[in-house]
Amino acid sequence: MTAIQPLHGAGLEPEPADGSQEPALRHPVPRGRFSLSRLPYLAVLLLASVLFLYPFVWLISASLKPRTEVFDNSLVPHDVRWANYSDVWHYAPVLQWVANSVIVALAAAVTVTLSSALVAFGFAYFRFPLRNLLFGLVLSTMMLPGAATMIPVYLIWHRLGLTGTQVPLWAQNLFGSAFYIFLLRQFFLGVPREYFEAARVDGCSFFGLFWRIALPLSRPALVVVLVFEIQASWTDLLKPLIYLQDPNLFTLPRGLKSVIDTFGNGGEQHWEIIMAASLIATVPLILLFAVAQKHIMDGIAAQGGRKG
Amino acid sequence: MTRTFATRPAESTSSSAADRLPGRPRRNRSEIRAAYGFLSPWIIGFAVFTAVPMLISLYLSFTDYDQINAPRYVGAENYRQLIHDPKVVLALRNTLIYAVMYVPAAMAVALGLAMVLNRVGRAAGFFRTVFYLPVMTPTVAAAALFLLLLNGQKGLINRSLMLIGISGPNWTTDSAWIKPGLALTMLWGLGGTVVIYLAALQQVPKDLYEAAELDGAGSFDKFRRITLPMISGALFFTMIVLTIHSLQMFDQAYTMFFGGQQNSTYANDAALFYVIYLFQQAFGVLHMGYASALAWLLFGIILVITAIQVRLSKRFVYYEGER
Repeated sequence: MTAIQPLHGAGLEPEPADGSQEPALRHPVPRGRFSLSRLPYLAVLLLASVLFLYPFVWLISASLKPRTEVFDNSLVPHDVRWANYSDVWHYAPVLQWVANSVIVALAAAVTVTLSSALVAFGFAYFRFPLRNLLFGLVLSTMMLPGAATMIPVYLIWHRLGLTGTQVPLWAQNLFGSAFYIFLLRQFFLGVPREYFEAARVDGCSFFGLFWRIALPLSRPALVVVLVFEIQASWTDLLKPLIYLQDPNLFTLPRGLKSVIDTFGNGGEQHWEIIMAASLIATVPLILLFAVAQKHIMDGIAAQGGRKG
Repeated sequence: MTRTFATRPAESTSSSAADRLPGRPRRNRSEIRAAYGFLSPWIIGFAVFTAVPMLISLYLSFTDYDQINAPRYVGAENYRQLIHDPKVVLALRNTLIYAVMYVPAAMAVALGLAMVLNRVGRAAGFFRTVFYLPVMTPTVAAAALFLLLLNGQKGLINRSLMLIGISGPNWTTDSAWIKPGLALTMLWGLGGTVVIYLAALQQVPKDLYEAAELDGAGSFDKFRRITLPMISGALFFTMIVLTIHSLQMFDQAYTMFFGGQQNSTYANDAALFYVIYLFQQAFGVLHMGYASALAWLLFGIILVITAIQVRLSKRFVYYEGER
């Protein structure tokens, strides 16, 4: 891996054939000196930032207020009530939910990354009959609404005796996912073919090409897929609603929903507890974002450049 | 690159048989086998989790099935029933109204923010991150948070409106305002679209604007005749994705307005979105045959709307260097 490190960026090159697309912010606006003409724009952005960030501040603040002050909309709680967090712990197995979410998200992300990369490499490297047709089929599944197959897929997992377990939340990822296959194929196409040819001459197997050349060179893309899938899994509500009944198996969104049902509108109106639980569910993703931010931005920006 | 001779036949679809002719280098045949080896996870997954389920779903949509007794064939009865089901009409109406409300608003706001971001140089990176943070908030948490922010009497949003002399509506209880409230909740998470637009804007060649200025074009002309066409690919992509997502609205509406035991106490008809109704029919009351018909209707609607959008895009989307 270290031998090809200097080429690290190679994976970010787009498909040479359709040239136009560039990774995001590779070429930011020229670093001009600070000019007065930018001031009104900065003012607009600052105002917008306040609108986007204030809900977070409100969330943190509300999660630390006593029950009666949740709605007083003061920025800082009069007396900070850390006990809200121990209350959440006390009323619901939140730690268990965090652990469940971590396990499910990692299983979902690792499996989908590896399987999608395998398939993507198959499409990127080889020429074979029906290739374009099959790739078109992959792309068309992206348009398929998940709700269309929700019922039969449930029945399949039921037949396998796996409803009521966390397996259906991630196991489909063993078979790759269309969007990630598309994304990774783009990156693999950017790896100069000479590397593969040279390795073949040296007797490298096809799997070796994938494992020892394509994967290490595509680390940025793999991180994007990992992070996207962790996020998708971490926030998914529908699947846990369908498959999980035992509260000890809940992932965070499902658990949070049950907390809302118990303490929210229909129940005891303990919004400070709901806010504390919401913050617990949010913080891990924000931390992940802080770590992988650059990769995420490049990954999203790449979508806009794709051809419909 | 000795591969070129092997490449060409496979490119045209009709000649796939030629690849299998005897006398080809063995390497080629082993390559094909290897290729399908790499593809096998997807092929298996497609068969088991897409193709077969679609067939099962199609079959179930013509049956009465409650998961306990065997499916009973009822012909087109489910489809007849869904045309006359007032809840289907309601759910469809809610979903379409919401999509029509949310998609253009999201595109306009995101484009506005992206265009401003495109003017501030390096600072754009920082603000881009800020706008993206809500996207990293779990949908259920965001829904819980906005349920409070949107509260009619005590919520932050109406309190803020009060400061400028507007008395805000009851976002979470007034049927007329539930969908705008949900759209607002979703708008908070439009950072992904902003990032896509900003990337597209940064690829518009500067000399186009300079040439236009020489010709005396005003800023609106430049926006209409350069910016919009040059980023039309990104606009089109986000329009399709946002529309498909909107038509499948579930998490936020379900979190805010539907719940476990208290189901009926605070569920509101104005928040009954199509996938919520589908979910209730399939897994709440176990009308799995009927719900399968609902799923096919949704699939058909999404297909038609996407096809219309693709057709429109042929007229409006400009792809550089294509055709």
